[in-house]
Amino acid sequence: MKPLLEIENLRITFPTARGDIDVVRGISFTLGRERLGIVGESGSGKSMTGRSILKLVRAPGRVTADKLAFDGIDLRTRSEREMRAIRGARISMVMQDPKFSLNPVMTIGEQIAEALLTHKRLPRREVNDRMHAMLESVRITDPERVARLHPHEVSGGMGQRVMIAMMLIPEPDLLIADEPTSALDVSVQAQVLDIIDELVRRKGMGLIFISHDLNLVSSYCDRILVMNAGEVVEECTAGELMKATHPYTRGLIASIPRLDETRDELPVLDRSAWAKA
Amino acid sequence: MATLRDWLIDDSPASPMQARLGRLYRILGALMHNPLAVVGAIIIVALILAALFAPWLATHDPLRQALAERLLPPSAAHWMGTDELGRDIWSRVVYGARITLVIVALVAVLAAPAGLIIGVVSGYCGGWVDRVLMGITDIFLSLPKLILALAFVAALGPGIENAIIAIAITSWPGYARVARAETLTFKNSEFIAAVRLLGASSLRVNLGHVLPLCTSSMIIRVTLDMAGIILTAAGLGFIGLGAQPPLPEWGAMISRGRSFILDQWWVATMPGFAIILVSLGFCFLGDGLRDVLDPKSGEQR
Amino acid sequence: MTALSLKDLDISYGDTQITHKVSLDIAEGESFALVGESGSGKSTVLKAIAGLASQWTGEILVLGKPRSHGVDRDFSRVCQMVFQDPYGSLHPRKTVDATLGEALTIHGIGDRSTRVEEVMASVGLDRKFRFRFPHQLSGGQRQRVAIARALMLKPKILLLDEPTSALDVSVQAEILNLLKRLRREQNLTFLLVTHNLPVVSFLCDRLAVMRQGRIIEVASVDELKHGDLREPYSRELMQISAAHAT
Repeated sequence: MKPLLEIENLRITFPTARGDIDVVRGISFTLGRERLGIVGESGSGKSMTGRSILKLVRAPGRVTADKLAFDGIDLRTRSEREMRAIRGARISMVMQDPKFSLNPVMTIGEQIAEALLTHKRLPRREVNDRMHAMLESVRITDPERVARLHPHEVSGGMGQRVMIAMMLIPEPDLLIADEPTSALDVSVQAQVLDIIDELVRRKGMGLIFISHDLNLVSSYCDRILVMNAGEVVEECTAGELMKATHPYTRGLIASIPRLDETRDELPVLDRSAWAKA
Repeated sequence: MATLRDWLIDDSPASPMQARLGRLYRILGALMHNPLAVVGAIIIVALILAALFAPWLATHDPLRQALAERLLPPSAAHWMGTDELGRDIWSRVVYGARITLVIVALVAVLAAPAGLIIGVVSGYCGGWVDRVLMGITDIFLSLPKLILALAFVAALGPGIENAIIAIAITSWPGYARVARAETLTFKNSEFIAAVRLLGASSLRVNLGHVLPLCTSSMIIRVTLDMAGIILTAAGLGFIGLGAQPPLPEWGAMISRGRSFILDQWWVATMPGFAIILVSLGFCFLGDGLRDVLDPKSGEQR
Repeated sequence: MTALSLKDLDISYGDTQITHKVSLDIAEGESFALVGESGSGKSTVLKAIAGLASQWTGEILVLGKPRSHGVDRDFSRVCQMVFQDPYGSLHPRKTVDATLGEALTIHGIGDRSTRVEEVMASVGLDRKFRFRFPHQLSGGQRQRVAIARALMLKPKILLLDEPTSALDVSVQAEILNLLKRLRREQNLTFLLVTHNLPVVSFLCDRLAVMRQGRIIEVASVDELKHGDLREPYSRELMQISAAHAT
């Protein structure tokens, strides 16, 4: 089967006063209709990788790649207008904090309807039906009432579920979730991830789950890329994460405290072990 | 030169002085990347130089009348022509820079700190202090600047000193508003809470920690306001309530030239150009400073 | 001796009552955790102790002495706080030196240079950072500065508000090790607020679970490690943590 997304030698560069800095240094991966996790610490380039797929890397950042193809479409040559037709309709993105991603002066219902109508012409009745169905599928029990609320009237977890509803209602082929739950409480976190997981499986979408949380990624993805300093240092299936070989990955896993912690001191990453520069 | 630059951009300064100068150097460097800001800075520097070296730059005595040379057009002898009393307009414009600079500087010195203090106190204390101070501010804000200045000058009597006081009185409310808004955003931040937990008094928190954060937006605001201040001063001069003759104030000069505007255009136009140029200079510089100094975006990069 | 003792603490913001009859005793030298989800009131308790939320009734005893509602200088020498967000807790226009030296100036303590360098060394910050501005530091380094600031006055009690939740796991490990070492070396009492149970396991001796402004359970960390928490809600929190641990 043809992969959904093919990336070869992706490079993202930012110019600074002291010369160019490569935020992403020539990474390659392919994605089918599967759940791929990208893990890394801040500054590893994981978020930039996600944004580059939607061509959302802001100037003066530059994106180059030998190949950047989504479902056979070469994204490198698409204009901003053509990208707008792809964003949302075919590739969606859920960001970290719903507070900044939802429009504060529109009701939730209006925003979800707009997400749908931007890409499709539909009669009013059908829009409402689909909106309510979508809100129900993100486990909002009274969609009628929630649709009439403004973003500030709902909790963080509910806001993030609304975001997911908004992103998934045009039925995209690929969902990019960039730290979708790090602003949420742990109990809500699991709930939101379960919803994403269920919808992605049911609709047979591809998922790129970007997170700093190794444990979370390994329990919700099939395959994992570990990024450090703009490079993919480890690629493995989720089940094999504990058998990771790269010292960076091993260091990360070891530095997480455990619920039944007995160590007196946590091992600290020795970055000099693999850093080139 | 290279070593001085290295010393300035050193990642690990060895003294507070080096750290501060390094920061200043980075701000100036960023400012230099903005062409309009550079143009603005050059204009302002030119204004300051003109004011300082007016006796050497002027070709004639700005006050000496030569009725035989009335209303001469621009020429090699009189670069900007002469006015209705035969005074050299170039020399008067150059000396006028002094008056403009004095007005601008005094208004900045009087109004900005007053507005800053009132705004910070109002924002930090809140409650009835805030309501009273902001009420007064709102009353001042609701009156048109020029009309209010007019009223003050009418009460105090015409003259350059009274014009300065009047303009200062009408400009502080804007600064107080800005300072109050800034204070409100910083008041509840964790770094202010941390200083309070160290046992710092309210005075110390305000003077040492809140105020320095408001100053950059204040500098931006004052620079951008300069154009308006110059125009208000010129406006007062124009209607005869600002600088009194024979002082070469630009607004007063335009006013005198008004009677000859159709036949001897240069009499009113030359000081007019000076006003436009200097106002533009302050606007460009202010915009550039805003991009560089904005505490919310500038320092993050 | 008890370092911190709360009796029937009711804290409100305006008309909303956040906590209900919170009572706790924390021994000197102990490391105690308050865990719960957002809105449980755990951070509010910390703020009330610190003096940043002054609207409370009940009693707060610090080293046996009742605490007033505001911030006072004597109290600040006994008890200090470390905030969650290392990006928001440092003044953006002040160098590390100015941030750390401020405490000494306020309390009229001399010998500034030596003391600043001493504290920097104890939190593992190189001397070259002394005159840097916060934007020239990484998140972990900023948090070290924030901890150093809290230690400037040599307090007995440290209030920690999610000190590592904004940090990467590798940096979190460094900061947790640092906190553990500091507590041992300076015989500090910790009151840690967090939602992260593994962090509690590593750093604390006892914990209290908070929900909707009430303490529903106080347990030892051994009970947490063995999964012996009693309340259903505590067990639920524990299971979520355990489910994602690999």
